[in-house]
Amino acid sequence: MIPLNWYMWLGGIVFCIGVFGFVTRRNIIIMLLSVEIMFNGVNISLVALSHYLEDLAGQVLVFFIIAVAAAEAAIGLALVILLFRNKETITVDDLNELKG
Amino acid sequence: MINKIFFFYFSAVIVAMSLMAITRRNVMHGVLYMLLLFFHIAGLYLFLNAEFISAVQVIVYAGAIMVLFLFVIMLLNLREDILKKQFIGTWPMGLVASAGILMVLLLSMLTVKTGEKGFWGIAQIESVTQTVAIGTTLYTQYLFPFEVASLVLLVAIIGAIVLAKKRLK
Repeated sequence: MIPLNWYMWLGGIVFCIGVFGFVTRRNIIIMLLSVEIMFNGVNISLVALSHYLEDLAGQVLVFFIIAVAAAEAAIGLALVILLFRNKETITVDDLNELKG
Repeated sequence: MINKIFFFYFSAVIVAMSLMAITRRNVMHGVLYMLLLFFHIAGLYLFLNAEFISAVQVIVYAGAIMVLFLFVIMLLNLREDILKKQFIGTWPMGLVASAGILMVLLLSMLTVKTGEKGFWGIAQIESVTQTVAIGTTLYTQYLFPFEVASLVLLVAIIGAIVLAKKRLK
């Protein structure tokens, strides 16, 4: 039997890889991918807790997280297309009109 | 013993694939590594008796969201963007910050005390099958959040269409 902590450590590691990608990359598609990696880190912890606590609430929550992730990806990618149509780039550092 | 070997295989591949996904210069390669990552996470869910979530992970994440990413990348002409340096100049600061968060998470999980066990034990789930169990929970206890989730998806559909369509004269 694998201890619960191992699954939660794995979820934490995956979450922190997502945080690292989000703060260090400047490509907006990779930043969206990093958000998905963070979601998956949380999902691993939730499914593990759901199994070890014998309660299905965790899996239902994962279901909702996947629904929200799908919505977020659809709107985020629509924004990326809009951005590329107007600015011809997806590098976040080049988008500095509001600098003042 | 055998389940430990499988756990270490899946967790090693998950960590390696997520690291590869965020460090590739070409976005297309990153998305393909993400695809592998999602399949391995789905495999990990099978060990946690979550067949339904595992199938949803493959169908929705790998099948829908990642294919959407691939389509968008192929629509855009990213030849100039993939020639740029992939990390910002101060990336060690990001490394320190995320390593700090990781330390806090790992140490705090050492003292986790789980609460009381719920109703759906393995024997209970086996008597009705897993999909019935999760459906019962979803449509009775979590009915209102379920309806809200469908509203969120509707808003996302309308928002994506309004944002991405061309202006009509």
